[in-house]
Amino acid sequence: MTDITQELTRKNHHPAEWLIEKALFISGIASIVFISLIFLFLFKEGMLTFKSVSPLDLIGKWVYDPYDEKNIFKVMWQSVSEVPKYSIVPLVCGSFLVAFPATVISSVFGIGCGIYLSEIASARVRETLKPTLELLAGIPSVVIGFLMLAVVATFVQDLFHTKFRLNAFVGALGVSLVTFPIIVTLVEEALRAIPKELRDASYALGATKWQTIWKTVVPAAVSGISAAVLLGFGRALGETMIVLMATGNAALVTLDMFSSVRTMTANIAAEMGEVVQGSEHYYVLFLVGAILFTMTFVLNICSEVVINKMRRKLRM
Amino acid sequence: MMNVPVEEKIFHAQKAVPMDKHNSSISIKVKDLNVYYSSVHALKSVTLDIQKKAVTALIGPSGCGKSTFLRTLNRMNDTLPGARIEGSVIIDGVNIYGSEINVVALRRIVGMVFQKSNPFPKTIFDNVAYGPRLQGIKNKSMLEGIVEESLKKSAIWDEVKDRLEKPALELSGGQQQRICIARALAVNPEIVLMDEPASALDPISTAKIEELIHELKKNYTIVIVTHNMQQAARVSDFTGYFYLGLLVEHGETKKIFTTPDKKETEDYITGRFG
Ligand SMILES: Nc1ncnc2c1ncn2[C@@H]1O[C@H](COP(=O)(O)OP(=O)(O)OP(=O)(O)O)[C@@H](O)[C@H]1O
Ligand SMILES: [Mg+2]
Repeated sequence: MTDITQELTRKNHHPAEWLIEKALFISGIASIVFISLIFLFLFKEGMLTFKSVSPLDLIGKWVYDPYDEKNIFKVMWQSVSEVPKYSIVPLVCGSFLVAFPATVISSVFGIGCGIYLSEIASARVRETLKPTLELLAGIPSVVIGFLMLAVVATFVQDLFHTKFRLNAFVGALGVSLVTFPIIVTLVEEALRAIPKELRDASYALGATKWQTIWKTVVPAAVSGISAAVLLGFGRALGETMIVLMATGNAALVTLDMFSSVRTMTANIAAEMGEVVQGSEHYYVLFLVGAILFTMTFVLNICSEVVINKMRRKLRM
Repeated sequence: MMNVPVEEKIFHAQKAVPMDKHNSSISIKVKDLNVYYSSVHALKSVTLDIQKKAVTALIGPSGCGKSTFLRTLNRMNDTLPGARIEGSVIIDGVNIYGSEINVVALRRIVGMVFQKSNPFPKTIFDNVAYGPRLQGIKNKSMLEGIVEESLKKSAIWDEVKDRLEKPALELSGGQQQRICIARALAVNPEIVLMDEPASALDPISTAKIEELIHELKKNYTIVIVTHNMQQAARVSDFTGYFYLGLLVEHGETKKIFTTPDKKETEDYITGRFG
């Protein structure tokens, strides 16, 4: 073998490098494996519901009413009852009645704050605001829940004269405190990703700072901003402790923001502890978990797709 | 939203900028211009007159301050943190570094084309209409007129007239650069600054841009930065040679390229240096 062939066929990899590479690969795919396992587990357990419960029961159940001498279609969640009723409709209503207002509130303020941080704030203001946001993000949700339950609920009741002291709106306020820092961070990132060249182009055409923000930077980042909102919504759907404490937990079928509600998450958290393992009730709770997981999963996929769209649009 | 009143204000402010047009042939008078980037002294006492309706080329080795100089002419350096400017740049009798200058209005008079083509992620039409819209023009047919005229002036109308509603980013690099030129012309500037507008383009696109520059100088004062000596010789009427932040020599292109006064200029142009 000549020197050159030797050089050309030389392996670049050290055995240790090979090992490290594999280890990194395994940690890289670990998250995929975990997600798949959780998914499988939830669905496997959830599907066992249908051994004894018909899919229609998840909407409502015909129950004979001795007072009315009739069969009545009951759309309710009454898991501990002589005739258990497992309608997920009130739970889904509850989840959306909390997550939707929470996302709206935190998006309005979060997008505003993100724009301020990325485009307007001086370096000094930014350096104070960002750690504060991180602090907010670090508050345990049980603390927020307690605050809502003990203080904010009274305020809200005085202000809106609501029938229920604990209601979906109080929960939504609490949840918006959780989603707000998430949305701010993601919006700020999306805006910062807009290349300086685009801003320069706008300025060079005689745009003011505000015109540049509204007509160039924000439109270019609109996918990233939408993704932030979607992720915030997913997070709001998944929030448990705050809603468990602040929404009153009455599983009502309602579209009234000021009514007490019970969310899917709070329902699982409240009932899972007492349920008999392997019972019908136990499997239904898993099914509710699986449905919730699917919703947040779809939201995450959507936001991913939306972000990729932005990258393509900007050729980044 | 709040951009409407802002727009209004600027629209009027533009008219307030005094533009006493004396019939001199000088478009921009630069006097004793110094630029510092925190500690870097990027331009050192540059004094230069730029002729009206002519092409002035700026040449010199990398880092000598050509882009810095160009950006002082429409105050794009204002957007850089840490940049400090001394001296005066007088356009049509007004020092653009004076205290009462409306920078936004200035940038409508002094347009700019960047080295890297940077169309907005919008349609071709919206790219070109961006500047006029900033000035509050909303009338559709008026905008269409401006867009068409600007695209024609930029020699790209025929290539894009059937796809004005397509994203500008789907065009080739050379086409994108001409869209950027059209976008700059749509604001109806008097002066157009170009920072290496053809450096990222193939020879055919480059030739198109050069032809275009030739055409544009009938109506606009053009200042162009280029690393390409042949290009400077081909397109420009005047040439300035920068070195280490100093304007070493400036004069008619013919003279600079045949009998420069300074030895350094000759060395750079003939490629013995740089
Ligand atoms: N934003 C900035 N901050 C700090 N220093 C800068 C900045 N921009 C330019 N400089 C410095 O100013 C000097 C002149 O830079 P300039 O970009 O004007 O050079 P140039 O002649 O355009 O070079 P090139 O041909 O490579 O584009 C250089 O030393 C550069 O490092
Ligand atoms: Mg440069």
